[in-house]
Amino acid sequence: MIIDGLREAGDFDVFVIGEEAGLTRRIAERNPDVVLIDAGNPSRDALEDLATASAPMRRPVAMFVDQTDAAMTKAAIEAGMSAYVVDGLRPERLRPILDVAIARFQMVQKMRVELVETRRALEERKVIDRAKGILMRARGIGEEEAYVLLRKAAMDQGKKVADMAQALVIATDLLK
Amino acid sequence: MSVTNLNLGYVPLIDAAPLFIAQALGFAEEEGLNLTLLPAPSWSSLRDMLSVGHVVAAHMLAPVPIAIAMGLGAGPTPIEALMVLNLNGNTIGVSQKLAEQMRAQGYDFDFSDAVKARDALLAVSNTLRVGVPFPFSMHQMLIQYWLRGSNQFFPTGLEIQTVPPPRMVEALAAGEIDVFCVGEPRGSVAVEKGAGALLLPGSAIWQAAPEKVLASRVGWAEEEPHIAGALMRALFRSGQWLSQPENYSVASELLVAPGRLDVSAEVIERVLSGRLLISQLGVERRVQRFLEFHIGAANFPWRSQAAWIGAQLAWRHGLDPAPAIAAARTVFRSDLYRLHMKAAGAELPSASDKLEGAVCVPTAAAATQGRLILQPDQFFDARIFNPTEPQR
Repeated sequence: MIIDGLREAGDFDVFVIGEEAGLTRRIAERNPDVVLIDAGNPSRDALEDLATASAPMRRPVAMFVDQTDAAMTKAAIEAGMSAYVVDGLRPERLRPILDVAIARFQMVQKMRVELVETRRALEERKVIDRAKGILMRARGIGEEEAYVLLRKAAMDQGKKVADMAQALVIATDLLK
Repeated sequence: MSVTNLNLGYVPLIDAAPLFIAQALGFAEEEGLNLTLLPAPSWSSLRDMLSVGHVVAAHMLAPVPIAIAMGLGAGPTPIEALMVLNLNGNTIGVSQKLAEQMRAQGYDFDFSDAVKARDALLAVSNTLRVGVPFPFSMHQMLIQYWLRGSNQFFPTGLEIQTVPPPRMVEALAAGEIDVFCVGEPRGSVAVEKGAGALLLPGSAIWQAAPEKVLASRVGWAEEEPHIAGALMRALFRSGQWLSQPENYSVASELLVAPGRLDVSAEVIERVLSGRLLISQLGVERRVQRFLEFHIGAANFPWRSQAAWIGAQLAWRHGLDPAPAIAAARTVFRSDLYRLHMKAAGAELPSASDKLEGAVCVPTAAAATQGRLILQPDQFFDARIFNPTEPQR
């Protein structure tokens, strides 16, 4: 998604390095202007080699930090992005890249949260359905009535319907 | 007493133990601190967490604040060392292939003699690719120091590369590197997984190498003297507790609790007690002060230790040593240590410098508080580093 974003934002050549083995060598071969890496990736430390003059790129590289804009730096780090920039690259050129990267990251993050929520909801639904089935069979009642019963029991106990359903399913399994 | 909430950063290694122990056993609480410990995936991100104030202090590689002060590497905000958290704790290991070749040549893997180990290594290979966790680390410096004059020892090439610790074992097994120098438990894990054998403890190269420090942004400890002092004392007491052999097994169990270290309690106990398994053949070697958290004023940030690190960095990067050493010395805050640790009953040496490498047997030294017995701190080549007359 970052790649798509960068392509939309301007004319960039983007290379993706998926293999972590020999990372610095791979980067040196490409000789890029900017390296974007997920700050959560431990291989980030290997990039520090590029920050020293003795490194494979044989020229100074610095981590770009716009000292005038601490909030921006903080956002970049919290978003899990950091930028290593060849000395001499103008900050104006970097900013749109970072903006895009951060925006994309937040979007991905939101989608991740949504996915987790959806999965959980589905799981709960399944358990509630099973609990309803148990009640319907045991007491010879309809689906709606079974749900009302479950909800009332949950309210009386100060629990969530899903938790109540889970307890019932486990108890029934034990009694089998 | 009011409670201060404090975020501390660390990289999950055994020598982060004082932070966990301060939290788990209430040493922090006694000082009125409520610690939140935040793990970092890499040293560069830990440094950034410090820079932006996400954490106020961190378990940090001793050379990092010095490198930043010297203008090396990518460090936006100057940081300083309030105390040394531990000495030593690293291992040097070789790939299974090299280990077999060295054994075939009759090398006995004594795990103590650095000259013999280097000669044995040279006898089977004249090129060497060495993995270290970070460009500015004691690992990198110990390797450099040990193989100094590497052209003589490895005429066709010595290549030191950064390999993140979580990848170290994999890199060794895959043949990307031949040798590693890394903090425990990574070396033991390499042995456990059959990727290699341990060749030397870091202490075989320097018996008292400052490994991790408590680092904070320059100025923080003076802006918040009460908090900084409380934190330093809590960590000092953790180190004191960790240095007592009767606590090793409890410490090991505490350190493997969920959210702490992802390694077996058995490995941690071996490391704390200095009994390491060096190969899959089951050979165990004992090492004195393999990892030292306390004894011999281990937590005192000697200006001369900083000077040694500064000098090594200057030589490696072709900088003028004099200003480099001057900058490095200011980073190790022996003054703040004296100020805050008096109340903890810490031994306080009379001087803030010593000749590094000059102590061969435990030696009494002048102190303004406590009875100070300096522990052996020799280099493997018996050289002595005089911070006022640094010689390469």
